[in-house]
Amino acid sequence: MIKKFVVGSFEDEKVLFPAVKNVRRAGYKIHDVYTPFPVHGLDHALGLRETSLHTMGFIYGITGTSIAIGGMSWIFTTDWPLNIGGKPHFPLPAFIPIAFELTVLLSAVGMVWTYCWLNKMMPGVKKHHFSPRATDDAFVMVIECTDKTNEVELQSFLQNNGAIEINVQEAEEGWWFGRYDKDQKLYRTEEVSV
Amino acid sequence: MKNQYVTPAGYKKWSAGFMIVGLLTLILGVVFLNPAAGAHGDNVNSTRFWAVLLQNSLFWLMIVNVATFFIVITTLAMGGWQTAFRRVAEAIGSVVPIMGGITILIMLCIILGGRGDIYAWLDKTQLSHNKILNHKVGFLNPYVYLIVSIIVIFLWAFIGRKLTKLSLESDDAGTMDSATSKKWLIQNMSWSAFFIVLYLLTVGSIIPWLWLMSLDPLWFSTMYSWYTFASTFVSGIALLTIFVIYFKNRGQLEFVTQEHLQDLGKFMFAFSIFWTYLWFDQFMLIWYGNIPEETIYFKIRLQGPYAGLFYLNLILNFVAPILIFMKKATKRNYTIVTFMCIVILFGHWIDFYQMVMPGTVKYHPHFSWFELGIPLGFVGVIMWGVNRFATKVSMTPLNNPFMKESMIHQV
Repeated sequence: MIKKFVVGSFEDEKVLFPAVKNVRRAGYKIHDVYTPFPVHGLDHALGLRETSLHTMGFIYGITGTSIAIGGMSWIFTTDWPLNIGGKPHFPLPAFIPIAFELTVLLSAVGMVWTYCWLNKMMPGVKKHHFSPRATDDAFVMVIECTDKTNEVELQSFLQNNGAIEINVQEAEEGWWFGRYDKDQKLYRTEEVSV
Repeated sequence: MKNQYVTPAGYKKWSAGFMIVGLLTLILGVVFLNPAAGAHGDNVNSTRFWAVLLQNSLFWLMIVNVATFFIVITTLAMGGWQTAFRRVAEAIGSVVPIMGGITILIMLCIILGGRGDIYAWLDKTQLSHNKILNHKVGFLNPYVYLIVSIIVIFLWAFIGRKLTKLSLESDDAGTMDSATSKKWLIQNMSWSAFFIVLYLLTVGSIIPWLWLMSLDPLWFSTMYSWYTFASTFVSGIALLTIFVIYFKNRGQLEFVTQEHLQDLGKFMFAFSIFWTYLWFDQFMLIWYGNIPEETIYFKIRLQGPYAGLFYLNLILNFVAPILIFMKKATKRNYTIVTFMCIVILFGHWIDFYQMVMPGTVKYHPHFSWFELGIPLGFVGVIMWGVNRFATKVSMTPLNNPFMKESMIHQV
């Protein structure tokens, strides 16, 4: 869905945190904040809820354990019982390593895919870049405009809070397959004076 | 000094009470269990007396020593988060000399008393008949046992004291500048490096062989030392956490937050699984290999009178921690963490029980007043020792260079 966003870039964490606080207090809806590196406590400042990734990890893990134990016990007790080294047909200690490996495998792979899904990133998937400097040296705060948002007021509000680059963008908020639009420049080209 | 820890009357009462209970049990044991008799295993009660003392002294000595080890590993890893409660670890570490003294006393009694029922390799008649035991005599003999034990316990206590002293000196020195703190850190790290090598060579290898594995001298396992290490480490962290929570409740440790608690919980969670991993490694290889000389160790534990403990051990030390500590919310809850610390401590105490008893009292295990009274005495000694340290110093090492990192610690 194409929406309108007000994008403000900050150059310092110390400016960003009070700005996030003020923007939230003023009632604007922060779409996301893009930073060049993980910033401690930012998720807390943004009021994001805790991720459900680990709950999914637990479910994947339990699935792996069940598949391993269930599969092996069915094979070795019902489908094709074999006498291996005089051990019982249901040798639980011998099953544990395999159950453990399958638990780890399923939870790890499952969590990677879930992580990608939650963050809307997959191989071959494209997303709109609000500012190329977010991958370099700027903290980019993206505020979603609703019907009631006054863009001009918001821009000056951001400026008062220390944003150095402010612009308004209309962009697709989700992700899509294929190419970037031609008008979206991914990298800023600068003249290099020799 | 502001906010100096003052012992509440209740604490003193409990500490003294535990010590008195322990002492009374010991006296009653001396009277009724006849410890001087039956060095050849013909008197079960006599064997039981020394086995219980050995189990408890080794267990509590090794877990208080973990407090020093905790300081050492966090120092060497340049960890900052633990600084806010480092003094608690130092306080527990200050009990090592006392525990060490008690342990050496018990060992002297067992070795010099020639208790062949505890350590079969002390029995001259068994030695002459048994070829395998005879091969091990270069390692399993009274001289090696006593000399190694005394040197090792002395070194543990000495380096622990040295590290504590360095930490206490920083209190009086005032805020350190960059050069001083660097020098201070290097001093800390050199002693820590020495200790970690010592720890690897002792708890990581020979000490569990000497103290515990030689209770079943014909049997051996290469996993044994690490298994013992994991067992003591996780219960040592549990003991540390209990005292952290206690001092926090007493208005000390102002910079310890739920974030620190969560990390301690993570430690217990991770090392409970590590313990299970080593336990399982040892068990499965022996079970799968099915060689009589190896399976003999598990025969008495799985099919003998210790079968109940065998499964209880797994439930307390693996199932309970993994299920309860898995969620973030439980690791941040003071009540649940305290409860789990007690479960883990009890669980690993049971683990030591099933390490010691099958090799000593064999098919006649007891679990009554003597087994339960003696550990209370040791708990009392630990409570007394920690309290003695805590009343003398400030519980927050404000001048430690890592203090700020600990204050702003966030998981």
